[in-house]
Amino acid sequence: MSVQDLTMVEAVNLALHRAMAADESVVCLGEDIGVNGGVFRATVGLQERFGEQRVMDTPLAETLIAGASIGMAASGLKPVMEIQFMGFIFPAFEQLITHAARMRNRTRGRMQCPLVVRAPFGGGIHAPEHHSESTEALLAHIPGIRVVIPSSPRRAYGLLLSAIDSPDPVVFLEPKRLYRVQKQPLADDGERLPLDSCFTLREGQDVTLITWGACVRETLLAADQLQERGIAAEVIDVATVSPLDMATLRQSVIKTGRCVIVHEACRSGGIGADIAAQLAEQAFDYLQAPIQRVTGFDTPMPYFRQEQWYLADADDICAAVKAVMDY
Amino acid sequence: MEPVMQTVRYLDDQGHTCQELPLWAHEMEPLLECYRWMLLTRQFDQKAIALQRTGQLGTYPSSLGQEAIAVTLGLAMEPDDVLVPYYRDHGTQLIRGCGMKDILLYWGGDERGSAAGPQQDFPVCVPIATQCGHAVGAAKALQLQGRSQAVACTLGDGASSKGDFLEALNLAGLWQLPVVFVLNNNQWAISVSRQKQCAASALALKGMGAGVRSVQVDGNDVIAMFDELTQALEAARAGQGPTLIEAISYRLSDHTTADDASRYCPQEELQQAWKKEPVARLKRFLTSQGAWTEALEQKWLEHCQHTVNSAVQHYLEYSPQLPEAMFDHLYEDWPTVMEDQLQAFAERRQRRLGE
Repeated sequence: MSVQDLTMVEAVNLALHRAMAADESVVCLGEDIGVNGGVFRATVGLQERFGEQRVMDTPLAETLIAGASIGMAASGLKPVMEIQFMGFIFPAFEQLITHAARMRNRTRGRMQCPLVVRAPFGGGIHAPEHHSESTEALLAHIPGIRVVIPSSPRRAYGLLLSAIDSPDPVVFLEPKRLYRVQKQPLADDGERLPLDSCFTLREGQDVTLITWGACVRETLLAADQLQERGIAAEVIDVATVSPLDMATLRQSVIKTGRCVIVHEACRSGGIGADIAAQLAEQAFDYLQAPIQRVTGFDTPMPYFRQEQWYLADADDICAAVKAVMDY
Repeated sequence: MEPVMQTVRYLDDQGHTCQELPLWAHEMEPLLECYRWMLLTRQFDQKAIALQRTGQLGTYPSSLGQEAIAVTLGLAMEPDDVLVPYYRDHGTQLIRGCGMKDILLYWGGDERGSAAGPQQDFPVCVPIATQCGHAVGAAKALQLQGRSQAVACTLGDGASSKGDFLEALNLAGLWQLPVVFVLNNNQWAISVSRQKQCAASALALKGMGAGVRSVQVDGNDVIAMFDELTQALEAARAGQGPTLIEAISYRLSDHTTADDASRYCPQEELQQAWKKEPVARLKRFLTSQGAWTEALEQKWLEHCQHTVNSAVQHYLEYSPQLPEAMFDHLYEDWPTVMEDQLQAFAERRQRRLGE
């Protein structure tokens, strides 16, 4: 099997091709995903290969895309719907909350909703207003929906295949800042990665850095810088932010005694707050310093001229690590 | 100049024919079947309200006065068609094999009520108009799988104000989907009257903007309803695309048992509406044809009473779900990483029950 060097968006595309070829109940729908191959080209080549019936350009109507996907999912298909930017997912929220998340529960297992919602999210690409938000916490608050965020081409490939396999609805958020920033050798071997599982990207004894999405990049950069200062940081990519694999996070924090959580989204009511609360409940006796969060601010995402002030960089992470090390 | 829609009707308010009947309606049996189901639906409805008033059922939406729409839809559908209902379709649900006990379970606060009915039918949908998206999705699935079945989606006049309905109509027309939208225009979205909802002279006109064949039908006229529904469903099954049917009725009840329509519904208007209601209208027609008598009516009502009572008995005696059932079907398998919630529940249970 040939191994190719692929970007994350190419890895997403490869996984979609593979899933559609393997199972004809898999269909894709969304705005501009067909003839245009998606505004980020994540769906390129799918319509040519699988036809307009299975790769559907929809009218510009996000409520409808979600509602129709739910109808398809409950009728034997496996829809992979795309919301073009996460900033435009809100019309679909009612459908996701009131139906996708509870179709199996409300019918006591008679129907199910094996639906994947793909949406590019996050800032850092100098996009217009409403194109840079990170609102994963809003989705993570909905019981019944898995929220999965890849941070590398290989994880994008393996996690997306698992998301499509899943009999439960999955929201799959693709950090668009990472779409083309890195290539990884990838074989189209169909290897799945587990949902509901964190990935420890780097082991260390001194401090646990917990992050996901595009911030994984800055956090790994910070870990390199910390290494030069003699601090061994463990870096964990949460990947599935709902439900949370607390066992992996807890074990790491028990080992290191110190924890910094890094996320791009605004601070209050965020997933970082939930992780910090659960660590306080589960590993209080092992903590040698208060848990720190490095996050966006409780403001709208600034327009792109100032967005770098909202986004945490490696120095911000190192400063938080210094605070927990010096405590 | 706004197009004018003619309302399709065969029986006038007094149950007299006002145009030549379709051929099938020359036989009395299909109409008698409609009539019997309408009486049963109304008996069930009255009993459900009584159960709510005596604390044995939760909030319940009556279908009083709208039985012709639900019953003709149930009888016009094939068993393998797909029903995507809203929440006032008790007659349709009953005909499709969802038991009275199951309908009562749902409105009695038990999820198992929606486990019943044909496998492919969608559950009762409370968030207004959101079911319209599901209907076009289900219809697309049928189209893609090359199956010749139809989807029937019900909604109220209130739902016609929502984008969900318009977006779904648009897609149905665009993709020529096998779906029939049955819009029960009962003149009220809780307390907001038809006149305060939309300036168009007919709600069915909304379908025309989406390229969907649209008709306005007297929803209290069983012959008109059954005829239009049958044609629309057959067209859908034959790949001839969607239809919107605006069925004109009147909500003779409160919106639900939690509502008091006397606060906003003019008495005079309600009295006028009673003169057009579907059960009495069909009864007059059937009686005039010599197909129905008071003796038959009494006998059938006794049967209805018996059926309803035994269903109520079944409902009242039905064992409640175990409290931990809330965890049973949310995920196909409860995620291992959420075991702590099961633990927390077990502790709560033990504390409360001492088990």
